[in-house]
Amino acid sequence: MNAILSAEAAPGPSPLRDPHAGSGEIALELCALSKTFTLGGGFFRQGRTLHAVNDVSLRVPRGQVMGLVGESGCGKSTLAKMLLGLTTPSDGDVLIDGRPLRGADQKKLARHVQPIFQDPYSSLNPRKRIEQIIALPLAIHAMGNSGERRRRVAEMLDLVGLPKRAAQQYPGQLSGGQRQRVAIARALIMRPDIVICDEPTSALDVSVQAQILNLLLDLKREFGLTYLFISHDLAVVEHLVDRLAVMYLGRIVEEGPRAQIFGAPRHPYTQALLASALTPEPGLGVPDIGLGDEMPDPANPPTGCAFHPRCPMAVDRCRSSRPVLEGVRGDAGRVACHLA
Amino acid sequence: MALLEARNLRVDLPVDAGTLHAVRGIDFHVERGEMLCLVGESGCGKSMTSLALMGLLPRRARLTADCLDFDGIDLTAISARQRGGLRGLRMAMIFQEPMTALNPSYTLGNQLCEAFLRHRLGSRQNARERAIHLLERVGISAAAERLDQYPHQLSGGLRQRVMIAMALMCKPDLIIADEPTTALDVTIQAQILRLLRELQQESGTAVIFITHDLGVVARIADRVAVMYAGEVIEAAVTPALYARPSHPYTRGLLSCIPAPGKTPPGSRLQAIPGVVPSLVGHVEGCAFRNRCPLAEARCETTPPFMALNEGHRARCHFADRPMASATPSQPETIS
Repeated sequence: MNAILSAEAAPGPSPLRDPHAGSGEIALELCALSKTFTLGGGFFRQGRTLHAVNDVSLRVPRGQVMGLVGESGCGKSTLAKMLLGLTTPSDGDVLIDGRPLRGADQKKLARHVQPIFQDPYSSLNPRKRIEQIIALPLAIHAMGNSGERRRRVAEMLDLVGLPKRAAQQYPGQLSGGQRQRVAIARALIMRPDIVICDEPTSALDVSVQAQILNLLLDLKREFGLTYLFISHDLAVVEHLVDRLAVMYLGRIVEEGPRAQIFGAPRHPYTQALLASALTPEPGLGVPDIGLGDEMPDPANPPTGCAFHPRCPMAVDRCRSSRPVLEGVRGDAGRVACHLA
Repeated sequence: MALLEARNLRVDLPVDAGTLHAVRGIDFHVERGEMLCLVGESGCGKSMTSLALMGLLPRRARLTADCLDFDGIDLTAISARQRGGLRGLRMAMIFQEPMTALNPSYTLGNQLCEAFLRHRLGSRQNARERAIHLLERVGISAAAERLDQYPHQLSGGLRQRVMIAMALMCKPDLIIADEPTTALDVTIQAQILRLLRELQQESGTAVIFITHDLGVVARIADRVAVMYAGEVIEAAVTPALYARPSHPYTRGLLSCIPAPGKTPPGSRLQAIPGVVPSLVGHVEGCAFRNRCPLAEARCETTPPFMALNEGHRARCHFADRPMASATPSQPETIS
């Protein structure tokens, strides 16, 4: 692997060369990150503004897994796109290994941050061989000659647990779990520091999901990777993450270490979310989570705390003033609730 | 007598490479007013089974059964026209994706009332009244105005509520719900499942609920049938299945979901190695043997659907072995 990696002159130390270097430093930092979209509007008409991601600040220590949960439309995927450089932030910035994303070269960014997407059926080009798919990042970055690339692909296949013959196959010949292994191999061939996993197992069957989760954990340990893990499956999140951030209508409403969030959630939305997870325990029935309606229109968010129309504990203050995400005395988390 | 009884139900589909045996001789029954969950992974034949019951199989598919009896009606013998007479009236279906199951170019009122009017259960006014009543029952506000709206004006959760109301329009005896909450957020899923269970118990409608989620099954099912590779490999009342899973596949499925409080975070999960076998061509012996920790030479022969306890059956040569010896890989006994 070093033949290719030495050809690359990335500045600064990378944990890939020394997995034990620099524990405790921040791999990924989001500083008041916002993304707004303009809806409708026209030549003479002012469009409405939608705050897909609103003032999100988050720090992910190197080698840790940060979970991100929330309902569809809460802004998780927009956030992921900004981290990958696929969408430019409207405000704020992202620091990757301490270097700002704003104005950074897209290709350089791709060496540090790579995605694994949800659906391995649509994220792999059906007309390319697996070898070409996995080697594409090397080709784009003009790294190595064809012999070296082929060798790297063989290494990656071995690493993700695919047989050598898979290199010559097409995505259509592989099962869902095998395709997701290909997507993981493609993401890791550039030896990134940070991997953005956007629902990486939700398109897979449970028996295969366990294989992929085991693989992700193994690779994380082996290469000291930092994951941002987006998922709606709370059992999987609890198993995998070190810290967890809960998003609601574009904002983080609670963030903290895993044990604290799952053990003693403070925000009523986190509490409802955890209560709605159905564990395989017969006899418990389906809980009444008392959340009422669905998420309000993100283009027209409620006043005060955005969660107040669904919150069983809302008081007058929640309707008028918006709670700030702040640390709570005596613990390591942050929560945005007047009543927490 | 059971409301629905299927014995040796088979669905074969011609494909390029030969014949795909999507459903391979399954036996099950549904009692009146009960919730039966068919659980399994993609390709196990659960959706094909539901389409077979509804008479909605693709035209090229071939359905055979020793018995497929719905309340005294032999479903394999009746004409397509007679089938149509049952659909919507006595058996109704709720699909996974309400956006594709609802027609975008008709109003909700139009679609809700269609089956009611087609089966001549009453006047247009009666249909409208029942639709409003049911929309209110499934928790949709301003029901009368909603009737004039189109599907795209509703969120996913609301659309699924409309689908449930639609299934109930003609007071059917049986509802088949095919992964009705898979496309929804967990918070909405909990609400929809609660509603479905409530309505089912209140109206006495039998429900066949198809899902891949063992968490959902545990919370709503009266009985469970686990499917693998086109067969029912285990069937039991819900508490018994979770207390004494007897097929290695069922045990594998249950152990590969991280269980909060039991599975240490970050530890290796028990995975089921390998992949589901191809069901094209002749399948001989136990279909799970290439992934099974217990497999032996005798697994080359098809195992019987062994009766274990009252209503608990498993299709495994070793199903009657005590669990501790059957799962040597689980280090539970080590203290």
